[in-house]
Amino acid sequence: MKFAIQVNEGPYTHEASVSALNFVKAALEAGHEIFRVFFYHDGVNNGTRYTSPPQDDINIANTWSALAKEHNMDLVVCVAAAQRRGIVDQGEQERNGKDGNNIADGFRISGLGQLIEAGIEADRTVVFGD
Amino acid sequence: MSMLHTVNKSAYERGTLESCVSKAAKGSSVLLIEDGVYSAVKGGTKAGVIEKAMGDVSFYVLGPDIKARGLDEGKLIDGIKVVDYSGFVELTVNNDKVASWL
Repeated sequence: MKFAIQVNEGPYTHEASVSALNFVKAALEAGHEIFRVFFYHDGVNNGTRYTSPPQDDINIANTWSALAKEHNMDLVVCVAAAQRRGIVDQGEQERNGKDGNNIADGFRISGLGQLIEAGIEADRTVVFGD
Repeated sequence: MSMLHTVNKSAYERGTLESCVSKAAKGSSVLLIEDGVYSAVKGGTKAGVIEKAMGDVSFYVLGPDIKARGLDEGKLIDGIKVVDYSGFVELTVNNDKVASWL
């Protein structure tokens, strides 16, 4: 079965990012496909590569990146939410004249159409948030 | 058509469980996750929200979130089933739609 996942909450806020990670891992273990994970609202903060949590804490952004690499998973950050919160890739850096970018490996910045498409293509959509 | 509802906040904090239960059709399933698991404790002042709906709706709680809060699975409202993350995935597969009450 194909799943679309929406994450509306940033990492280290309450629990939504970790719940979403645990759900995605369990779905993959059961042999399902994750069509896309869409990061919306504060959820875009999952997509920065500059997080350095204490060593005994989970590095949420890195965990998403590792999962994406291992399972060829599509991680999409909402562009409008990202612009507001300073999540920047190479294209956005050039377009907005920023001095750097911070998007984590495996994430890409795109629009809400990607969420709509995921909802159409997937058999189930599960939302995690605050 | 069957629907799975997920509720991630405690009934002692927000009204999402009560809204969910008032809208959930007969035969639906409700899964309590994150702080939502507090609503499942037997004897609580909000326990009636679940107890009254128990005949029409199936209730589940996410075991790891019970454990994370030091709650006792033996002290949950009678009839609530405990599932792990693979059980969460199965619930999404076995229902046609998923509604996340946030």
